[in-house]
Amino acid sequence: MKSRVFQKIYTHIENITKATCTIAADGITNEEMAFVAGRPAQVVKIIGNRVTLQIFPGTRGIPTDAEVVFLGTPPVLKVSDDLKGRFFNAYGSPIDNGPAVDGEEREIGGPSVNPVRRMQPSELIATGIAGIDLNNTIVSGQKIPFFADPDQPFNQVMAEVALRAKADIIILGGMGMSNDDYLYYKNTFENAGALGRIISFMNTTENPPVERLLVPDMCLTAAEYFALDSSARVLVLLSDMTLYADALSIVSNRMDQIPSKDSMPGSLYSDLAKIYEKAAQFPGGGSITIIAVTTLSGGDITHAIPDNTGYITEGQLYLRRDTDISKVIVDPFRSLSRLKQLVIGRKTREDHPHLMNACVRLYADAAGAKTKLENGFDLTDYDRRTLDFAREYSRELLAIDINIEIDSMLDTAWHLLGKHFTREEVAIKQEVMDTYWVQ
Amino acid sequence: MSTHGRVVGIVANLVTIEADGPVAQNEICYIDLNGTKLMAEVIKITGSLAYAQVFESTRGLYVGCTVEFTGRMLEVTLGPGMLSKSYDGLQNDLDAMAGVFLTRGEYTPAFDENAVWRFAPLVRPGDTVRAADWLGSVREGWIEHKIMVPFDFEGAGTVVSVVPMGDYRACDTIAVIADAGGGERSLNMIMRWPVKVEVRGYADKPRPFKIMETGVRAIDTLNPMAEGGTGFIPGPFGCGKTVLQHAISKYAEADLIVLVACGERANEVVEIFKEFPELDDPRTGRKLMERTIIICNTSNMPVASREASVYTGMTIAEYYRMMGLKVLLLADSTSRWAQALREMSNRMEELPGPDAFPMDLPAIIANFYSRAGFVNLNNGTTGSITFIGTVSPAGGNLKEPVAESTKKAARCFYALSQARSDSKRYPAVDPIDSYSKYLEYREVIEQLDTTVEPGWVNKVVQLKDILLRGKEARDQIHILGDDGVPLDYHVAFNKAEIIDFAILQQDAFDPIDASTPLVRQQYMVNTVLDLCSSPFSFDDFEQVGAYFKHLINILRQMNYQEFMSERFKALETELAAALSERRAR
Repeated sequence: MKSRVFQKIYTHIENITKATCTIAADGITNEEMAFVAGRPAQVVKIIGNRVTLQIFPGTRGIPTDAEVVFLGTPPVLKVSDDLKGRFFNAYGSPIDNGPAVDGEEREIGGPSVNPVRRMQPSELIATGIAGIDLNNTIVSGQKIPFFADPDQPFNQVMAEVALRAKADIIILGGMGMSNDDYLYYKNTFENAGALGRIISFMNTTENPPVERLLVPDMCLTAAEYFALDSSARVLVLLSDMTLYADALSIVSNRMDQIPSKDSMPGSLYSDLAKIYEKAAQFPGGGSITIIAVTTLSGGDITHAIPDNTGYITEGQLYLRRDTDISKVIVDPFRSLSRLKQLVIGRKTREDHPHLMNACVRLYADAAGAKTKLENGFDLTDYDRRTLDFAREYSRELLAIDINIEIDSMLDTAWHLLGKHFTREEVAIKQEVMDTYWVQ
Repeated sequence: MSTHGRVVGIVANLVTIEADGPVAQNEICYIDLNGTKLMAEVIKITGSLAYAQVFESTRGLYVGCTVEFTGRMLEVTLGPGMLSKSYDGLQNDLDAMAGVFLTRGEYTPAFDENAVWRFAPLVRPGDTVRAADWLGSVREGWIEHKIMVPFDFEGAGTVVSVVPMGDYRACDTIAVIADAGGGERSLNMIMRWPVKVEVRGYADKPRPFKIMETGVRAIDTLNPMAEGGTGFIPGPFGCGKTVLQHAISKYAEADLIVLVACGERANEVVEIFKEFPELDDPRTGRKLMERTIIICNTSNMPVASREASVYTGMTIAEYYRMMGLKVLLLADSTSRWAQALREMSNRMEELPGPDAFPMDLPAIIANFYSRAGFVNLNNGTTGSITFIGTVSPAGGNLKEPVAESTKKAARCFYALSQARSDSKRYPAVDPIDSYSKYLEYREVIEQLDTTVEPGWVNKVVQLKDILLRGKEARDQIHILGDDGVPLDYHVAFNKAEIIDFAILQQDAFDPIDASTPLVRQQYMVNTVLDLCSSPFSFDDFEQVGAYFKHLINILRQMNYQEFMSERFKALETELAAALSERRAR
């Protein structure tokens, strides 16, 4: 970040909180960047000549006579093809010992896409994981989070999905990511020889939490550059959005805003939507797809963060440990991809939607049978067959270590249905049954 | 001279302005940011300070920016040319905007005021007219678009002159009318109206008395919506609120659909943009887009114009209602609108009500729902606005302020249930929790007796009873086990399953099953009731399940076939055979 030639330096801070400081200054613009005692800060409130700055690294040790220098511009990222293969911090400065990237300066957190200019997402993103491709197909231009408990292997699954998804550019945004996970991603991408198409903006647990607020916007500004200027298919991975929202609540708390549900700011929905809605299919062929992680506390999805996220994103994916097969599976009940209708049965085989629904319905019957069993009731023959089906369905399709083509997922599913059920029990549209039913 | 001012404070999109003259609450002003005009609405005034919510991002704004007040409230422009358009929450034509991204300060006209229309007069000089009376009509697409006396015209007036039939631009004078005091007013085809004020000028608003077909069985059969009625669809995310609302918008029996995408996902609107111009309206054969106006203020667009968007939609609907049209207004989601209110209330540091929503939220919601309704116009014709809003309750819990306030205001309640959605029983409308108050209206019952069949509402009640008994039986089976309950419980449970699979569940993505005309719903209800009233005999409960699964499969296949086609009739025969097999014993 360069400084202006004639810049005023202020040295009288009136008020300091844990995350903000207030000074008297004139001619300051809203959301402008500044340095307070050399620390990056942003204008968040102006009342008369009282300017409140949010200091990203925190205010610890800042004296009232610290130098405050205003930069006159909102936060920017220099974009060019040189971003590829590089690792940056939340301000867009390199952390991989490489040179600074030169390029066109773009404001981060820019305007929204005109909805009438968006294209309808229609390109399937195959991951090889049947729990996703078969039941919750992901489409380019979609935004979908994993709702996961912190102990679940979501980072491994995301890295796997990113590598298999055949995106032109993968942008990884880390918010409060542990250093170990950061290194895991780095090594996985390196080992796969994919570093050339990776860009990473990283705020680890070692960095101040408020800095996280910049990470998604940095990622998405870079993503828009590639998706629009070179029509690339960009996949953005954001982990972990819960820690991002926590940072929002820290700032709003410091600014004396009235908290709404779960101590979150009242604007949480809009704040999250601004990020997720950057996912889009552009007219020029480029696209931005966002796969995020929202960690839950004890699986509670009624908490404000997952709740608001669920209303914004196009579905959500849940991981669950299936004790019957002792593997992690993609939970078919609660997981949902809202855009799957745009591709299943169109880009995939015609039987896909019917088959998928029938399998999940029968899997639900198995869950009912299991409850009966646990309560000590006798099982019917049908109950026993659903349980057998559920176990094999889980092992051969839902487990996250599955990596097969969609057609073979469908064939496997038909095979399982034929093995355990009669045509009536499956109750799929007749024409589809006639073509695909295997005894 | 109009009032001016300068910006003295900025907190997110709330701007404090020092004004040099009179300022009205809800007045619109424009803030000059280096030549770009940003629109804002005054929401609080203290002394010479006006607090305004800006309808745009306030990035880069500084203390000292000049402000110009307009002396008007937030208004929409009404006239021919709005049909099939896509607007943002402030009625800017989205298609007219350049560029992939929305540019701050770019405001586009709602329609072309220079477009030429063939005007046919409906009044003669000397006629007495009042606000909203029809002066003439132009043909807008397939609608006879009435050119009306401006809604703000006071008292009775006299037509001084009116142009003969011919081609005129929307902005040309087509009539001159004189008010009671003799003052003359030249009128063109365009008028403006503040969105937060209801358009009156109709004779009266009777109780809704006839049902409005939506093609969705879980609504039409079990909990019908009335023309001019109000309803809401609450449900946790992932339960199919939007899919259900889209289904209603596609197949509902309305002249005009106004869809308000309020703070929801952009890709959902894109789906409408893409599908509606291609899909046929099953009733008229025209494209769906020809009867649709979209107000689209997605979640990432500025929050203040999200609040405005529902009012913009309602006002446009009211304008068309005054032409004697049947308008269906859908808003997805009213919770986002309420959240926009909350964000502003919070920034103004008002004392919060429950969940930090503003204290007057219930009043605001009730007031909005009350603008829907069936009306008798002064000239003896009728018009209506049927309003269905979705509610996205936080955490899926209906005990939250928006859902509770809406429940008091709306007459139909379509509860979407997580459990139904989890087991892919779509639409996930819970048959037991949902209700339609219109089923209790004497007018509606009488109308159903004549249009469907005598005693129809009794049949609906029977269906609901069977569903409730089925639910109770299922609970008992879960507690006591399959063989711990009498066989009758299994039969009761499976009868409810038949209603569930054959009537409630509907495949929104199947070309035939997606929409069911009322006559076909009637057939299915009679078939199912006949089946449920049959005495069956079984030896054990395993037989019960298997037998009913067989029946359900036949009924489901029937839903996928053209009504009364060969294949349909074959299934009918198969069903009869299956029935006699068990009945014979």
